[in-house]
Amino acid sequence: MNFDLDQDERALQAAIRDLCRGVFPMETVRGLESSSGISSETWGALEDAGVFSLRLPESDGGAGLGMTAAVIVFEQLGRALVPGPLVGTHLARTLGIPGERVTFAHRDDLVISNLDSSDAVAVIDAEGVWVISQNGIAGVPVAQPLDPLTPVSRVSSLPQGERVVEGADVSAIRLEASALTAALLVGIATAETDLAVAYAKERRQFGRPIGSFQAVKHICADMLTRAEVARAAVYAAGVHLDGHGDGDTARAVTGAMLLASEAAFANGKACVQVHGGMGFTWEIDAHLYLKRAAALIALHGGADTYAEEMAAAL
Amino acid sequence: MDLRYSESDERFRAEVRAWLSDALPKLPPKPGPHDWDARRAYDTTWQRMLFDAGYAGINWPSEYGGRGASPTEHLIFLEETERAGAPYVGVNFVGLLHAGPTLIAEATEEQKTAHLPKILRGEEVWCQGFSEPGAGSDLASLKTRAVLDGDHYVVNGQKIWTSFAHVADFGELLVRTDPDAPKHKGITWLILPMDTPGIEVRPLRTITGSSEFSEVFFTDVRIPIENRVGQENDGWRVAMVTFSFERGTAFVGELVRSMKLVEELAELARKLPRGSGSAWDDGGVRRELGLIAAQLDGLWHLTKRTITESERTGVPGIGGSIFKLYYSEVRHHLGDLAMKILGTAALATEDEPAVDHVRGWIHAMSISIAAGTTQIQRNILSERVLGMPKEPS
Repeated sequence: MNFDLDQDERALQAAIRDLCRGVFPMETVRGLESSSGISSETWGALEDAGVFSLRLPESDGGAGLGMTAAVIVFEQLGRALVPGPLVGTHLARTLGIPGERVTFAHRDDLVISNLDSSDAVAVIDAEGVWVISQNGIAGVPVAQPLDPLTPVSRVSSLPQGERVVEGADVSAIRLEASALTAALLVGIATAETDLAVAYAKERRQFGRPIGSFQAVKHICADMLTRAEVARAAVYAAGVHLDGHGDGDTARAVTGAMLLASEAAFANGKACVQVHGGMGFTWEIDAHLYLKRAAALIALHGGADTYAEEMAAAL
Repeated sequence: MDLRYSESDERFRAEVRAWLSDALPKLPPKPGPHDWDARRAYDTTWQRMLFDAGYAGINWPSEYGGRGASPTEHLIFLEETERAGAPYVGVNFVGLLHAGPTLIAEATEEQKTAHLPKILRGEEVWCQGFSEPGAGSDLASLKTRAVLDGDHYVVNGQKIWTSFAHVADFGELLVRTDPDAPKHKGITWLILPMDTPGIEVRPLRTITGSSEFSEVFFTDVRIPIENRVGQENDGWRVAMVTFSFERGTAFVGELVRSMKLVEELAELARKLPRGSGSAWDDGGVRRELGLIAAQLDGLWHLTKRTITESERTGVPGIGGSIFKLYYSEVRHHLGDLAMKILGTAALATEDEPAVDHVRGWIHAMSISIAAGTTQIQRNILSERVLGMPKEPS
């Protein structure tokens, strides 16, 4: 048993972190609002770094890595608030679905994120994963999406599409999607903690930093705690999906998604609160993390779904 | 990262399981909660069985009679013993988890030889005399005074929250030896023989209804100078060695027990009638229990991260405080939910099927207080991990 990043995993984590710092500083991320979260330059940087192909065999241009590596990478993407159909494109590449960008959707939802910037939509339902070309879907973009960097379209119905995955493999894909989303969320939960702590150390009231007040620092300690426990769960989910776990894989992934959802959502609200009035302004980044968290959670079925699944395992 | 156990770890697990299935039926029946002599006898009998089987002091170094198990083996041992429903350290938790490890780290060879083998064999029970009525979270402000008189310290003062004091042979005692020094610099750590004249133990009844804790009063209690562990006025540092043990794997048994309770509560909820169905038909109840299960699983994963870290660096790192804070919250939630599900089935604290859940609910209130309150843990994490400024004192 070794439940800490090994040397290769550390190197991968550092490389993606550096990439995010270089390519996705917050000014750049905010600037992407005008282009639905995508620019060819930023997307190309993700592509070149192997974010989408990392689980393909080396003979197919991938890195031959597994889900453990993928969650490490996606955690850093979440932390940098990288927009776009990240989970969908990663899964599509792994499944051999063509397209520079592919967004994943659940058939019953009739809601698709990142539709206009994607080449194809991969729709999951009980019978399979189905691919529909983007121009085969008549979506109506919602005005002012909750997360300004996650455009959302509503559809009245979805064409059946072409089946690329069926049977038992559907639940495996669903678990991979959950683990990757949970990794994004735990990255967000960490970024929210960092942002709140930095502000609390800097902001002064009553003649001292507000971070010296227990009423404020205790909020931050809870943020750290939620993020750390969720991170342990998310890494465990990745390890289980690679067949290196010590328990039930579905339970590990479901638990990770639930904890990461709770952590990102609660930390996002706490981050706004620690910023006081400034936290309620558009200028401060706190709301962007919170809204991304809310969007990711909603687009993946909502935390209650995962709580029910956990209960069903008891 | 890899969560699979090595072959040798799996062999160790199989060996522990086999031993437990053979040993547990040989234990006498568990005594009642208020029969203190019988509880001491029961717990020390179990300790002797562990000793004879080579499991005593599982994580203690082998040169001091321990097994010298790795942190992973320690985790496996705690998991298996708890799952099998074996007794834990019982009345000698201080000897086995606090005082013993402190002696290993700080005591002279004579002190180690005098106490460590007896603790491991179940022949010596220890209690802890740290907290005082005026020194709880602010432990370093303790006032129990020790004055050197020839080759003895003369101790006067009062301790509180001393677990199992009335069945203990020795105590680890923190005393003030220099009242003029800054509060952390004037404390000394002493080995207290509980049969010394001048000690009065008054049991303290807690909200559990039991009297595991006592107040201990000291009137001119003479303790030989050779009972000092570490240097005079260096007792705070010595005591902190103890705390690093307290915040490592100390809650693994607790965690495994709570995971079992969640399963049992789900089973109970399916049986408890509500209207035409059961308590389990309430989606709110199910989802709360599902969340708690995920949170306990998360703590299990966190424990493995902490253990990996301590295997690499030799110290548990920040995982201990995070665990303590998060677990306390989850344990409260589990207890509160149990009370909601049980309804009137919760109105007894002995002899009824739901009693473990009711006792657990009460027990939760001590978890968020003992060994550093939830508020102190938040201070530790925000100041030492997040680097936030201290509140001016």
